Amino acid sequence: MDEAQNLSSPGSPEAVAGAGPPVVEVRGLKRSYGPVQALCGIDFRIDAGQVVGFLGPNGAGKTTAMKILTGYLAADSGCAAVCGFSVEEAPLEVKQRVGYLPENNPLYSEQRVCDFLNFAGLARGLNRLQRRQALDRVVALTGLEPVFRRPIGECSKGFRQRVGLAQALLHDPPLLILDEPTNGLDPNQTQEMRQRIRELGTEKTVLLTSHVLPEVEALAERVILIHQGLKVADGLLNDLRTGQSEADQGLAFRLAIRASTADLQRFLETHQVEAVEVVEAPWGRPDLAAVQARVEDWKAWEALTEAVVQAALPVVEMTPLPSSLEAVFQRLTRAGESGLAQESNDKGGPR
Amino acid sequence: MKAWVLARREWRVAFDTPIAYVVLALFPALTAAFFLLMGPFFAQRQASLRGFFALLPMLFILVVPATTMRLWAEERRSGTEEILHTYPFRVRDLVLGKFLGAWGLVFSALVLTLGIPLAVASLGPLDWGPVWGGYFGSMLLGAACVAIGLFCSACCRNQIVAWILGALVILLFNLCGSAAVAAAMPKGLAALLLQMDFGRRFESLHRGVIALPDVVFFVALTALFLIANGLVVETRRWRS
Repeated sequence: MDEAQNLSSPGSPEAVAGAGPPVVEVRGLKRSYGPVQALCGIDFRIDAGQVVGFLGPNGAGKTTAMKILTGYLAADSGCAAVCGFSVEEAPLEVKQRVGYLPENNPLYSEQRVCDFLNFAGLARGLNRLQRRQALDRVVALTGLEPVFRRPIGECSKGFRQRVGLAQALLHDPPLLILDEPTNGLDPNQTQEMRQRIRELGTEKTVLLTSHVLPEVEALAERVILIHQGLKVADGLLNDLRTGQSEADQGLAFRLAIRASTADLQRFLETHQVEAVEVVEAPWGRPDLAAVQARVEDWKAWEALTEAVVQAALPVVEMTPLPSSLEAVFQRLTRAGESGLAQESNDKGGPR
Repeated sequence: MKAWVLARREWRVAFDTPIAYVVLALFPALTAAFFLLMGPFFAQRQASLRGFFALLPMLFILVVPATTMRLWAEERRSGTEEILHTYPFRVRDLVLGKFLGAWGLVFSALVLTLGIPLAVASLGPLDWGPVWGGYFGSMLLGAACVAIGLFCSACCRNQIVAWILGALVILLFNLCGSAAVAAAMPKGLAALLLQMDFGRRFESLHRGVIALPDVVFFVALTALFLIANGLVVETRRWRS
């Protein structure tokens, strides 16, 4: 099954609008740091209006790819283009169309928020009136009023992150590249940041990375998974999830009961509950036994719970298992060097 | 002009950090102290600024790298370089902007020393021709020193190292025409080094003789280091 094919056809309703060149187009991108090959030739394209989650373990090459797209780093070979402009040939055109929030969000800590944003506006070539309007807009959007005249170095992490987002939005770019936008934020700030990204995603194309997979599931409609510099999966979130559960029996729920495993097995046999699997008890406790069932197998799940309730078995735990995206992530990125080449051919080979 | 945007920012940021205040306070104070109090000015009984300008190359060794040390090294250390490179600046805008910002600071420091010729003029008849020539030469010398300091900052990740390196290189340009160097070097090389000596080039300028070769020398040296700076910044995109 080639999931990559799903995305070239306009999968989302927004994509239909973009008749011009894709917002992002990357072909055969390679980059090494000395002996370390960070990107080994990746390809993808992103159409207007998509929100794409860029996933991969640490060191997979996500940040490198983003830095190349923003024009900060040069690629060894291959090409990257934004809105049809090549990063190497028309860097200024690209930079005008990209808003970038780098990882760790480096900012001029000695400058005041207002001075820094004003500089960003000047750097973007906005005139006085445009700057005032743009500053008003992003300050309202990101809620920066309380720290507007404070030095950036004195701002809290949450406000600093907002300053980073504000500078990325100042020139109203069609493409937003956000590298770990919620990293280091507390749960409330994370929630706010996600809400902002969700709002921005309705009008802009967004490419974001995150270590928090549920976050990507909540924000992105499409996922590109890279591992050791290669694209190993690329597809709409729903396609990836279903593909996963068919292939790997992605599991949804685990039910733990205070009983021995033998008793549980006997119970399942007598009540003729099928399509569930007896698994190792949680926390390695010998007095517990557990079963789990696939999310699609609602009938099996219902039969199981019904039997358990009727028999009044002591249920001690009912847990949703790791989301299926997490399962995809783990399966594709835990594959050692041996399994990798094959995976990449199966899953995300160049279209 | 994009370089101007950055020059203005660097200028303003210098005042957000202690550097501008240190330079603007220390430089005029040091020149006044060395020239009026410790030098032979009063013994000479002559209204001349010769001694003042003779001091400048030595003071620039310490002061100018202080205005440039932060410019690239701090961007690299804090990672803000990444932001700067993703704004629509050309590399030449970046280098020129940072250069103009620091040169502007040197210019202000020189403006603040104008009190010295005014004080001297009140003591006796001062020939202003060499004074303006001297200030013009100081700006050229300052440009070359700023370009050197900026280049050193681009090569370092640490401001202090950038300052020391910059001071060292400017010091070499001040020593390369000295008698000791001439004695140690083969003749041809010694003659070439003598041509590159800052003190000697600058001396003829502040005597009031604005000779084209001296002007060209400082302008070319400035351009050379700025171009090298651009290359260092550009290469880092490929190699970092």
